[in-house]
Amino acid sequence: MTTVEPALETAPSAVEGERLTAPPGPDASRARRRRGGLTPYTLLTPAMIVLALIVGWPLLQLIVTSFQRFGRAQVFGAPPEWVWFENYADVLSDPVFYGVLARTLIFSGVCVVVTMLLGTLIALMMMRLPKGFRLLLSVGMLLAWAMPALTATVVWGWMFDTAYGVVNHVLVNWFGLEQYFQHSWLIDPLSFFFVAGIIIVWGAIPFVAFTLYAGLTQVPDEVLEAAQLDGAGGFKRFRLIVFPFLKPIFLIVTILQLIWDLRVFTQVFALQDIGGIRALTNTLGVYIYQTSIAGGDFGQGGAIAVITAVLLMSISIYYVRQVTKEEEL
Amino acid sequence: MSRRVTTWVLSGASVVLFAFFVFPVYWMVNTSFQPNNEIRGSELHFWPDNFTLRNYETVLFDPGRTPFLPAAGNSLVITILTVVIALVFAFLAAVAVTRFRFKSRRTFIIAILVIQMIPGEAMIVSVFRVIDGWQLLNTILGLTLVYIATVLPFTIWTLRGFVNGVPAELEEAAMIDGCSRAGAFWRVTFPLLAPGLIATGVFGFIQAWNEFIMALVLNARPEMMTLPVWLRTFLVATGTTNWAGLMAGSTLMAIPVIVFFLIVQGRMTSGLVAGAVKG
Repeated sequence: MTTVEPALETAPSAVEGERLTAPPGPDASRARRRRGGLTPYTLLTPAMIVLALIVGWPLLQLIVTSFQRFGRAQVFGAPPEWVWFENYADVLSDPVFYGVLARTLIFSGVCVVVTMLLGTLIALMMMRLPKGFRLLLSVGMLLAWAMPALTATVVWGWMFDTAYGVVNHVLVNWFGLEQYFQHSWLIDPLSFFFVAGIIIVWGAIPFVAFTLYAGLTQVPDEVLEAAQLDGAGGFKRFRLIVFPFLKPIFLIVTILQLIWDLRVFTQVFALQDIGGIRALTNTLGVYIYQTSIAGGDFGQGGAIAVITAVLLMSISIYYVRQVTKEEEL
Repeated sequence: MSRRVTTWVLSGASVVLFAFFVFPVYWMVNTSFQPNNEIRGSELHFWPDNFTLRNYETVLFDPGRTPFLPAAGNSLVITILTVVIALVFAFLAAVAVTRFRFKSRRTFIIAILVIQMIPGEAMIVSVFRVIDGWQLLNTILGLTLVYIATVLPFTIWTLRGFVNGVPAELEEAAMIDGCSRAGAFWRVTFPLLAPGLIATGVFGFIQAWNEFIMALVLNARPEMMTLPVWLRTFLVATGTTNWAGLMAGSTLMAIPVIVFFLIVQGRMTSGLVAGAVKG
């Protein structure tokens, strides 16, 4: 955003007069922030207590447990044995874990790329759509955005149903693709993730498209017009003007998508309920659940959870840094 | 390609995309009004010709299943408690970080951002054990506490932006006119924050209403289930034999969220953009 600020400070000219904005000036509220003695701490107390109890304490427990042998017996009171890095060693030498990790990384990567690509295209498209069509598309995307992840998964599961799903029906009866008669979409892991990917991308595009569209509307028209006069084509204008302008938003949205997709739970878990083979389709989030809650090995589940958390936190460091930089705390 | 042609092509594409986004929602509602034996026939019905409310009856009142209404009640109580308490706590915290200068203010804000990034999936086990240790498994209170903690960081962050947007001069003017500091805040700033509180509250509502993993682990007992867990139980119990019933249940669960979402959609986009771009 800093790139456009100089434009605001240039001397007023007769032509641009009506577009002038007041110079930002020093931030009034920041200058007036006062010392309040104990008041701010009192105001923070309720939030701090809840966060300490429900986030801080369990986080500590999680780390401790990941160093213990902690099974069902320990849940019922048997003292856990301290095993140092045994759980981590077990996890990190387990080919199943690497399978899950690779699956999660590849799957999220593909989802993020497809979501960002389509989201960007839709945002660019919305810039040039006639008003009515833009409204139509917005309403459609809002509906998809509002659907709870679980109901969305159940509905898509029904659409891809083997015997009576609308997808198979249309493929067979409208397009004559007989091989899709009674075709099971969820048994084969690759096709399972194809369906899961559609559900995730379908639900994620609206956020990306709306956010980028909001960013696009901020790109100053004058610059684009000037570039056009100078002979820059559509793609060139996008690459040289629009994209640099959008880059910060684009990066942050991409990172958020990556974090959300790496954490995916509901869609994969519910789709497994509908008909997937769990062992072949687990992603990290689901695997943690299967190992600890369903499998009863809290120590190893804890180790996987810590590894997952570290992985996600390291990705989100960029996001936090970017945000704190922009906000000038 | 001339400009007109481009516009036509884009408009056509937007209709196709509209269909892609809307079709699942339409198909859910459409199926929910059809008799279950009919949707298992060899024909597709794009409109419920034999309109029926049977599926909704089954979902709502069939004594043979885990009942819907108690689950809906649990969801509603937990969600409302979460929203109200989280809003109050977050509001106080937001005032603290915007209107006061104090040590560790920056640390607190960064901590809020970082906490938001801790994956809930990683925490399920330890949250389960902590809540179990407090004897709060399968209670309204336990899940509510967890949800408050879940939505607090985002709520604080967003409200912080809204409070920042109200200039402190307004309060000072009121103080010159004889208000106390708290009075000035209450009478001047607070009313201006109403839109922010509503938008953040709706966001918290949607989060708590849709939350699935924690509810699945913490409130697994049938009479303490929330709607998402109920829907999953229905799914596992009937398998793929009662899609019509499942669609009726899905519709009932999705309606409040869709309605709320459409009400605040303008703010939602700008709020989330602010939330995403500026945190």
